[in-house]
Amino acid sequence: MLEYVWLIPLFPLIGVLINGLFGKKIKNEAVIGGIATLAVVGSFVVACGILFQLISMPGEERHFEKTIFTWIQSGTFKADIGFLVDPLSAVMLMVVTGVGSLIHLYSIGYMHGEEGFYRYFTYLNLFTFSMLLLVSGNNLLLMFVGWEGVGLCSYLLIGYYFHKKSAGDAGKKAFVMNRVGDFGFLLGLFTMWWFLGHNYNVWTINFRELASHADLIPAGGVATAIGLFFFLGATGKSAQIPLYTWLPDAMEGPTPVSALIHAATMVTAGVYMIGRMNFVYIKSPTALLVVACVGGATALFAATIGTAQNDIKRVLAYSTVSQLGYMFLAMGVGAFTAGIFHLMTHAFFKACLFLGSGSVIHAMHHALHHVHSDADPQDMRNMGGLRKKMPITFLTFLIATIAIAGIPGFAGFFSKDEILWQAFSNPLHGEVNIVLWAFGAVAALLTAFYMFRLVFMTFFGETKLSEKAYHHLHESPAVITIPLICLAILSVLGGYIGMPKLLGEVLGGMPNYFEHWLEPVFAYSNNYMAHSLPGAHGEHSPALEWGLMGVSVLIACCGIAFAYALYIVSPTIPEKFTSAFPALHRAVYKKWYVDEIYDFCFVNPCKALGGFLWKGFDVVVVDGIVNGVAGIVKGFSGILRYSQTGYVHNYAYGMVLGTVVIVAVYVFR
Amino acid sequence: METIAIPAINLAPIMPEIILSCIAMLLLLVNVFVPSESKGYLGVLSLVGLVATAASVVSGWGQPVAAFGGAVQLDNFAVFFKLIFICSAALAILISDKYVVREEINHGELYPLILFATVGMMLMACGMDLMVIFLGLEVLSISLYVLAGFNRGSLKSNEAGLKYFLLGAFSTGFLLYGMALTYGATGSTKIGNIAGFVATNPQVATNSLFVVGMLLIAVGFSFKTAAAPFHMWTPDVYEGAPTPITAFMSAGPKAAAFAAFIRVMIVAFPTLKHDWTDLLWILAVLTMTVGNIIALSQDNIKRMLAYSSIAHAGYALVGFTACNPEGVAGILFYMLSYTFMNIGAFAVIVLIGKKGEANGNVQDFAGLGQKRPLLAAILCVFLFSLAGIPPTAGFVGKFYLFSAAIKSGYIWLAIIGVLNSAASVYYYLRVMVYMYFKPSEEDFDWVGMTPAIAVCLLLCVATTLVLGVVPGTVLELAQKAVQF
Repeated sequence: MLEYVWLIPLFPLIGVLINGLFGKKIKNEAVIGGIATLAVVGSFVVACGILFQLISMPGEERHFEKTIFTWIQSGTFKADIGFLVDPLSAVMLMVVTGVGSLIHLYSIGYMHGEEGFYRYFTYLNLFTFSMLLLVSGNNLLLMFVGWEGVGLCSYLLIGYYFHKKSAGDAGKKAFVMNRVGDFGFLLGLFTMWWFLGHNYNVWTINFRELASHADLIPAGGVATAIGLFFFLGATGKSAQIPLYTWLPDAMEGPTPVSALIHAATMVTAGVYMIGRMNFVYIKSPTALLVVACVGGATALFAATIGTAQNDIKRVLAYSTVSQLGYMFLAMGVGAFTAGIFHLMTHAFFKACLFLGSGSVIHAMHHALHHVHSDADPQDMRNMGGLRKKMPITFLTFLIATIAIAGIPGFAGFFSKDEILWQAFSNPLHGEVNIVLWAFGAVAALLTAFYMFRLVFMTFFGETKLSEKAYHHLHESPAVITIPLICLAILSVLGGYIGMPKLLGEVLGGMPNYFEHWLEPVFAYSNNYMAHSLPGAHGEHSPALEWGLMGVSVLIACCGIAFAYALYIVSPTIPEKFTSAFPALHRAVYKKWYVDEIYDFCFVNPCKALGGFLWKGFDVVVVDGIVNGVAGIVKGFSGILRYSQTGYVHNYAYGMVLGTVVIVAVYVFR
Repeated sequence: METIAIPAINLAPIMPEIILSCIAMLLLLVNVFVPSESKGYLGVLSLVGLVATAASVVSGWGQPVAAFGGAVQLDNFAVFFKLIFICSAALAILISDKYVVREEINHGELYPLILFATVGMMLMACGMDLMVIFLGLEVLSISLYVLAGFNRGSLKSNEAGLKYFLLGAFSTGFLLYGMALTYGATGSTKIGNIAGFVATNPQVATNSLFVVGMLLIAVGFSFKTAAAPFHMWTPDVYEGAPTPITAFMSAGPKAAAFAAFIRVMIVAFPTLKHDWTDLLWILAVLTMTVGNIIALSQDNIKRMLAYSSIAHAGYALVGFTACNPEGVAGILFYMLSYTFMNIGAFAVIVLIGKKGEANGNVQDFAGLGQKRPLLAAILCVFLFSLAGIPPTAGFVGKFYLFSAAIKSGYIWLAIIGVLNSAASVYYYLRVMVYMYFKPSEEDFDWVGMTPAIAVCLLLCVATTLVLGVVPGTVLELAQKAVQF
């Protein structure tokens, strides 16, 4: 099965070709959607086969490379088209194809009747292809191709409703901010390649070869530079401070896109990349500290904004930014396994949340459409009481919300608690750890609060819809609810494969399968940490761990209780609060004015500079030089053509003259 | 009584020439009985003859045979070039079919003349004796003089024929004088013997007689390859000559001149290598620059392609200057690519043209992109290739020529070549600008495709693209062909 890894990206590519070339002619939605979905399901089946084969192999042998052909060979630079299968990429392949299949299926129902149906599925398949290339490529350059490909598809899908200016603008914003990050990725790639090649004659960008030469990278300076360059790339793709502002705007795209690209898969590419390059990061505590601080700060900062948004998708968008912050926090404290684990559980419950919100919006849209109301179907202030009308959506949404809030027994609890524990206990950053833990803990409180605020405003209480509109609300079709149910189940069960050791012991010796599974990938870093930081593990007492676990459960419960008190028991309090602190509320509602600050600091100066360079430099200097040279050459041409008199004797003289000069030079030199 | 030692006669190496000569003579005889509306059959017959010749040429690959006391040698180098000549002759015949009917010059002599010219070229490629090369050159030239003036009713064609004849005869004088001086200095006209004499008498390298002989031979060949400053005949002759003949002249005879030039210089004058590469360096720069710069201000597309062909000779000279196996293999590859891309471009010109060589200006191509999109796209392929833009044969060819120059240390020459190449893009793209961005009142309804031209275009497009995408095989063959 491992031999056939190349089939995984191939299937979606075939889907792209069929739907892209003939979709317009096929017209039949079932066929188009069917082809696209089957392509991803095909990849999922192959990925499952690969996963099972990996499981059947002994731990240290779980590494397979399939090189298809040499792609670029230029001097010492060599890049293959090749695929890498190891526990890490297997997890990613499973998440991408698994969640991807469900979202493709869901899209058939959600996008029903949309103009450009084939275009949507072409992009979605192209995205899946790129994402699979990203996670299975065996070298940095191929990863970069996938990295750019998902960026492109993200842009195309955000701007799917391109006739809306806001959608087009959001697409451009995402693209430009990602380019800033991509620049960092490339710098990291070149620095690494050049450093190893120039100093040690190891000219390679292949992951396995890089990892096997990890000892050559010295601790400190260079590792910090490489790590920070790559992290700049990750902040762009994974929406971290300072490049996160594109992600909330990306909600202009269709909701399944938000679920697949802007929650479950693409935005986690940065986390995967840091996991892949863990052997570099581990050499640089500075880079790791930056990653952890940015992650922690993003987790908290985005959570504050999430508390005051009224658009259902925007709340989820900020929640995504915040949860991605958790993953980077984990990576930054050297808990790579925990980060990847949270990546996986988050993919389940966040995809479920987004798809659930899509189901709500879908129903709201139809209901409002029926009564010819132009109220915003995404504004939670127009909702309320939906649980009776949409029981399946409500139930799945609630499960996913409990999971993200971190209630024990659900997937989010295991991964989030692991991250908080690692942030607290890992001695990598000394005293800063407490601060990092506090950031995470407060963010957890806010997460529980704003997520339940969302649930209460949407599904509970009195409906804000008119009676007629409420009457037209109904549950979404099976093609939409089935993916929801699957994802809700995963949001519960997904966590049990990564049971914390302490809890596992209590529950009868259940091991942490997930940590064990990823161990070979992070073995180098874990050994390095164990050597450089004696006592990295096991220094803390079980009591402390139990205590912290209790604290995080308490925090989650507090958040839920706050939300219950404010939005169910006495719904007037929030209004009183906002009128008491209008400035604070406006600042949070306006996302702390970050977009305005960016506009002032970067966008407007860039525009001004661009205008100057265009009118002042390009038109005058560059065009002047180019046109000047061209003019001179053409003038010369005009003169030279007069040498062509048309008289034979002139030509003959020319030949004689040429001959005489040549002979004279040689004879008399 | 003294007997004259008659060398053992082995006809195998000149079998292609014999076959083609016989076919040509047969055509001349048959021509008398063919009514003028059926002259096209002569074209078919000559194509058959060319295919037969090609088969006979190919059989000589990989087994060098010398004959006539070493005056003729059929080796890989000769085989490669002979195939180029045959291709150029065949393609030229394919595009003449329509042209001769339109211009009412449907005379059967056209085909035998092209074949005789091809025989001359083939002799030049396999000649190992200065006399044989000279004979080949004359057979070629005299056929070409007639072909250039083939359109008797056209003043321009007559002018082209006469100018070509006068200047060609003049340059032949230089060449023959150079050969005579070389003979005087070394006592032989056989290239091998000259090389042997120079090897055993190195002091001859400083002998003025010998040096001037070498220089005059170089001048003679420079005329034939249209290298500046001996290029001036080219634009007038190319513009005046019937278009298929221009296409033919720009490809085959130019390659033939290079074949003889390369063999004589590299085999006979290796000790003077530094002297003649210096000369070639200057010729290459002059040729590229003059050709490209004057081409910028041409409106007549045939004249523009004439200057362009001068520039392309300059690129080939870059590879010659490098004088390493890569450079020479590069010339072989380039000549082959150039044959297809240039004759392809001329084929489109033949299609667009009207009676009396009308409609031959760049402006007349306006709107072709909208009215005849396929034809315009095909012309674009050729123009891109001529400009040296990937993925076409022209790019690969130029790449090998310039990289060979860099390998031999001629970095500046390569830079000048690339700059020239950049300047040339202007006049090639200018045609495309007219085709796609300028409106036209014409609807190009007179542009009728014939099967012959369709085959020619298909071959040319396919070769241009295939050589551009997968040049490996042909390049390997070219490399095998440069082991003298």
